[in-house]
Amino acid sequence: MDFSQNHFALFGLPIAFELDAERLERAYRDIQAQIHPDRFAHAGEAEQRLSMQWATRVNEAYQTLRKPFERARYLLQLNGVDALDPRDTSMPPDFLMRQMEWREALADAGGDSGALARLEDELRAHAAELRAELAQQIDRRRDWPAAAATLRKLRFMDKLLEEIEAAYEQ
Amino acid sequence: MALLQIAEPGMSTAPHQHRLAVGIDLGTTNSLVATVRNGVAVVLNDARGHGLLPSVVRYRADGGVDVGHAALARAAEDPHNTIVSVKRFMGRGLRDLPDLATLPYQFVDAPGMVRLRTVAGEKSPVEVSAEILKVLKARGEAALGGELVGAVITVPAYFDDAQRQATKDAARLAGLNVLRLLNEPTAAAIAYGLDNAAEGIYAVYDLGGGTFDLSILKLTRGVFEVLATHGDSALGGDDFDRRIYCWILEQAQLHTVDDHDKAMLMAKAREAKEYLSDHDEARITALLASGQVIDLLLSETTFNDLTASLVNKTLTPCRKALRDAGLRVQDVKGVVMVGGATRVPRIQAAVGEFFGQMPLTNLDPDKVVALGAAMQADVLAGNKSGDDWLLLDVVPLSLGLETMGGLVEKIIPRNSTIPTARAQEFTTFKDGQTAMSIHVVQGERELVADCRSLARFELRGIPPMVAGAARVRVTFQVDADGLLSVTARETGTGIEAGITVKPSYGLSDDEVAAMLRASYEYAQDDMAARNLAEARVDARRLVEATQAALAENGDALLSTEERAALEKLVAALDNALAGDDLAALKRASDALNHGTVEFAARRMNLSVRKALTGHRLDELEI
Repeated sequence: MDFSQNHFALFGLPIAFELDAERLERAYRDIQAQIHPDRFAHAGEAEQRLSMQWATRVNEAYQTLRKPFERARYLLQLNGVDALDPRDTSMPPDFLMRQMEWREALADAGGDSGALARLEDELRAHAAELRAELAQQIDRRRDWPAAAATLRKLRFMDKLLEEIEAAYEQ
Repeated sequence: MALLQIAEPGMSTAPHQHRLAVGIDLGTTNSLVATVRNGVAVVLNDARGHGLLPSVVRYRADGGVDVGHAALARAAEDPHNTIVSVKRFMGRGLRDLPDLATLPYQFVDAPGMVRLRTVAGEKSPVEVSAEILKVLKARGEAALGGELVGAVITVPAYFDDAQRQATKDAARLAGLNVLRLLNEPTAAAIAYGLDNAAEGIYAVYDLGGGTFDLSILKLTRGVFEVLATHGDSALGGDDFDRRIYCWILEQAQLHTVDDHDKAMLMAKAREAKEYLSDHDEARITALLASGQVIDLLLSETTFNDLTASLVNKTLTPCRKALRDAGLRVQDVKGVVMVGGATRVPRIQAAVGEFFGQMPLTNLDPDKVVALGAAMQADVLAGNKSGDDWLLLDVVPLSLGLETMGGLVEKIIPRNSTIPTARAQEFTTFKDGQTAMSIHVVQGERELVADCRSLARFELRGIPPMVAGAARVRVTFQVDADGLLSVTARETGTGIEAGITVKPSYGLSDDEVAAMLRASYEYAQDDMAARNLAEARVDARRLVEATQAALAENGDALLSTEERAALEKLVAALDNALAGDDLAALKRASDALNHGTVEFAARRMNLSVRKALTGHRLDELEI
């Protein structure tokens, strides 16, 4: 065991976008049950320090793999691709058009929670489609540039969903 | 009669010996201490049978200090020297305190944290809290018949870093070894969940005397995972009292009130609120210093109108926590009510309405936090096998840094599971810049001015380069107590300058020592004896832990030589324990700590492998 192994290996999972969420959760809990600082509160200094480092590492790995967006980004990183490189912001024109439509819909909705909910449903459905595409691009076709482009689209969707949540607040 | 066992002189205590540990609920209004006895968590009472200790400290002119009921009884008579609800001032500056006008204290603004002027001199809220903790510690030791190995102390989940650090400092000042700072709603969830074998999503609604927390937890097979937490660290039962107090002033047409009357009327307001939990109306009578007589009738309806906005204020965090957890109201299987203020019928009704179900009140809302803390203390002290349950808690508020233009760059987002660490790289703004000032803040807002400032420090010695060429890596680490430490280093040129900051409001070891010397009961105390006693406790713990580790897998993980070397270090520390040379004891402790690093690493690796394979230790190939 060492700190340099990848997140998937840490949990004994295959390196892939498609993931058995239950298995990940079980492995995470089983490891935490062994190494969490609460298990070492009465132990020596060396074990307390190591346990905090391990628990920190396991938390980071779990949070990365648990969220599809972060998992995809991490997988691309393992293959040497920085999907969110600020120098590459290219978006296909049809997606740019849809972006503008969604933004307008958000502005038109104002504080109308019914309109916001309809827009939210549409965005969530589209985000789910994009995640299905990611699985194809990463696990089957191993097409990193295509996956990176999908990831950028997903990031836009996430930001817009956050704005919708903020709009509900007002 | 059963025979008692006595160990041979100089021998370490047996590893299976029960270690004395307590859970402490350091509340705004009342504090409690609890422990696990014969497998059952119980609140420890004082000699008169009281479990609740009023969180009130009175400094007397003769130098003595009263804590609890005795202090509370004199609050109206001696308001300046009788500190009530000191928890509200922990880790807070003067400008953070609302309602200054209704507080009868003489505040002194001090950097980081406000201080209070009393007949015994200026006192920091940390010192006042330490007085409460000392009483609870003594109560625990008297009941358990020995020195405590440590305590779990609860804090509101929504406490920020400054408030947590202040609480930990107070415990140190009281001579308590803090096993863990535990979030109050999480403590309540342990007590409730283990009592009811609960599974699923639960919300804990915790309205204490001065703080409000709402935590969403997922309970599965002994794992308590906090999904999200929200709250208001300046909203509590006290605010309901204050509304009644203001109503009294208005009804009686009082414009100026002296500090004696203030303290008395606040107490009357509290009594009326409590009375209204079981009655339709409360009569409030008082005789003011001026001779004026107050005689008012407060109906439940009027009370509900007065406090409706406060009740509503607690529902916003409920909504936000659910959203952060990605859940809807229907997903919540049960709502646990915690804190004395949840006895108010209107609050129970509002919470029931929001969650669409009757909240659970089958555990005493005043005691459930202390009971949960005691259960966790029992585990942390090593009295249980450790396979019983696991807590996964979160950081309540985002942690970040100030960047150009007074904006906040978030490094650790709120609701991250602790312990957690994140690093971020920053660069210089000007050509030839050799220093960088780093400002650590906590909060959700985008502007630094709207967040809580935790610490400022400077990183110097950056080699002069063109703007944007230096690489400064800032790492935030939040430990299992929810406390932050920050390190920064310049990595662009390989020349490293590292620094670890402790937030500015935290106390240094020297400051704690100075406070101890200044306090009344330690005036004649021998500091050296105290230091030696503390070092002995640590050393004994280390010897025990190492022996237990050697017995568990010394054969499997160490060569004969490695094992012999470690055993030599253990024997040396055991030897030092027999003498009373503090320096020698520390040297031997350091040597053993250092010597166990590699063994600890191997044990940890083995644990992870064991977790993944689900096999027993002795089946694994090393």
